[in-house]
Amino acid sequence: MIKRSTFKASYLPYLLILPQVIITLTFFYWPAVQGLLQSFLLSDPFGRSSKFVWFYNYIEIFTDPLYLKSILITFTFSLAVASVSIAFGLFIATMANRALKATALVRTLLIWPYAVAPAISGILWLFLLHPSYGIVALAIKSWFGVDWNPVLKGGDAMVMITIAAAWKQISYNFVFFMAGLQAVPKSLIEAAAIDGASPLKRFWAITFPLLSPTFFFLSVMNIIYSFFETFGVIHTVTQGGPGGSTNILVYKVYQDGFVGLNLGSSSAQSVVLMSLIVIITVLQFKYVEKKVQYTG
Amino acid sequence: MKLNRLAMVVVVGICLSFPAAVFAKPVTINWWHAMRSARGEVVDTMIQKFNESQTEYVVVGTNKGDYDEVMNAGVAAFRAKKQPHLLQVFEVGTQTMMLSGAIYPVHKLMAETGNVIDWSNYLQAVLSYYMDADGNLMSMPFNSSTPIMYYNASMFEKAGIAPLSKTEPITWDQLGEITKKLVDEGIAPYGMVSAWQSWIQVENYSAIHNIPFASKANGYQGLDCELLINNPQVVAHINQLKEWATDKRFMYGGQKYQGPKSEFIAQNAAVYMDSVSGIAKLKSSVNDFKWDVAPLPVEASMKSPQNSIIGGASLWVLTGHTKKEYEGVAAFLKFLASNDMQSYWHKETGYFPITLNAYNALKEEGYYKENPLQAVGIDQLNRANPTEISRGLRLGYFVQIRNIINEELELVWNGKKTAQEALDNAVSRSNIQLRTFEKTYN
Repeated sequence: MIKRSTFKASYLPYLLILPQVIITLTFFYWPAVQGLLQSFLLSDPFGRSSKFVWFYNYIEIFTDPLYLKSILITFTFSLAVASVSIAFGLFIATMANRALKATALVRTLLIWPYAVAPAISGILWLFLLHPSYGIVALAIKSWFGVDWNPVLKGGDAMVMITIAAAWKQISYNFVFFMAGLQAVPKSLIEAAAIDGASPLKRFWAITFPLLSPTFFFLSVMNIIYSFFETFGVIHTVTQGGPGGSTNILVYKVYQDGFVGLNLGSSSAQSVVLMSLIVIITVLQFKYVEKKVQYTG
Repeated sequence: MKLNRLAMVVVVGICLSFPAAVFAKPVTINWWHAMRSARGEVVDTMIQKFNESQTEYVVVGTNKGDYDEVMNAGVAAFRAKKQPHLLQVFEVGTQTMMLSGAIYPVHKLMAETGNVIDWSNYLQAVLSYYMDADGNLMSMPFNSSTPIMYYNASMFEKAGIAPLSKTEPITWDQLGEITKKLVDEGIAPYGMVSAWQSWIQVENYSAIHNIPFASKANGYQGLDCELLINNPQVVAHINQLKEWATDKRFMYGGQKYQGPKSEFIAQNAAVYMDSVSGIAKLKSSVNDFKWDVAPLPVEASMKSPQNSIIGGASLWVLTGHTKKEYEGVAAFLKFLASNDMQSYWHKETGYFPITLNAYNALKEEGYYKENPLQAVGIDQLNRANPTEISRGLRLGYFVQIRNIINEELELVWNGKKTAQEALDNAVSRSNIQLRTFEKTYN
């Protein structure tokens, strides 16, 4: 029998969770509700006149072909960022997990990029990949004859921001995979090794399935990261260009709302963005999580 | 209890009955601006000089970040009823400010505080950008600039091209020949590059050639205006640039001004169009070649080109303050417009002086003889009286419209659209923005 401790006074637990509830209400629900209300209004920024317009703002954005394109761009971008950063994070973690002399040092160094703000990461990669003064760009242009020009070509710009956004996230993924790998029981690996399984086979048959909770967690986190936090990268590197080819949803919200002061439209866009993230996360939990094995 | 209250009434009564002067603290005037680093220091010096010049008012200047951040800070403060007296707002926010109901028009402020100002003494091309349709000044111009053309004089010399005139603009055809020669002879990798493509290649191009940018006198006469930039002249101009891009006479350097500027500094492009504020920046960063400036090119068919239009920001007076404070604001604005302050501002930052007096004083002083580069922009701005078309642009959601134009032009440069398609699309997309704006305010 498990011993249960019960509180006599029924108000105490509520009192204890009250601070958290207040914080959540003030900093999440209140702005979210405000945003939802604002999305049904057309109002001037100074708040002196506002009109209730039903779904006008939503109709406007969904009849704008560029908004639909922006949704597509966001999905492409976040899928690219998540897969690149997860793949590299896993690869590096697997490599670093072996018995090396300077393991501690290597691990610390690999975690560093995570401390770099996205905007700075963007600038760093811009200096490397700018078609006129980027060292890497000049190298690939002269050695491989690639006509690399992210200032003009949408595809190249997408590659550039994907690299800049994924680069710093690799460290984040590395940390979690590292922790996950440490939790894989040595005995299983050794048993498999005795049975004659090759390192690759051991990785796919034992380590990888045991890492699935980490994998699942990171895929959710990375997608959320690429939806929202990559703002800094876009802002410093492409400003959504060229020709709107890197204009992800969150950047458009900023452009229309913060700079352009069209509060109704940007609120409607935020609501759409929020719904998309909720849908994606629910889908992930519903379908992907079933395949996750939580115990080794 | 009763005694206490009585005592309080007496104390308050005594305080009130004293003449204000006994307690007189200077009245504080808050000014939120977007001027940072070197320009911020110039602003601080001007504020300090004003504060030292009198004892009634104290101006407190606060930098609230970039233009968009300042605007948002102003909006948030106004909603919380804590707005500053003066707010610096970029030119594209003019329409939003004008319709906000949160402003005290400058012409009214000056009249109601008993300041008689001879507006005809101001640079009309600067003033007209911030006037309403009836010619009343709504906000005080502060930092104003206009685009000009920079060229690599060393490259011109090498190709045997004579230096360009600082007053007479060359034609676009001539520029085409010059850049062709420079590129063909291998002197310059690319011909020209342009910063702020919407502002320079569409807005200013239209103003100089007196082509309407939008209906209803560029939006001055009503919110129901529509963009008109898909007209044959602008389409032909963009087409020409696109053609030049194929034989390297034109290169696209990106939206941010740093891109095109760095192409010019790295000598990747021989000709570079940007705001006059680039003069100071180039002076400090170019030392391996000679460069010079000239007015923006004009089409051969345009015999008497119009003035170019300005960019920059102006100072808006916000409502909700006392009469005494407004007197202080008026005194400060007058102080800023004085010859000393205007010439100091112009010399330090390159932004235009806003009064003819200040301009003439600088001329007499011989400033423009010593700094001929600085005269090019002013002359271009003053070469004609602004028409209804060249006085400025008054559009709602102008930020979004500029983004649209940038986006569509980029699709021309990378070959996804023709100039006609792109500009048609820019017009129809911008018109949707204009209709939403109209709906918001009607």
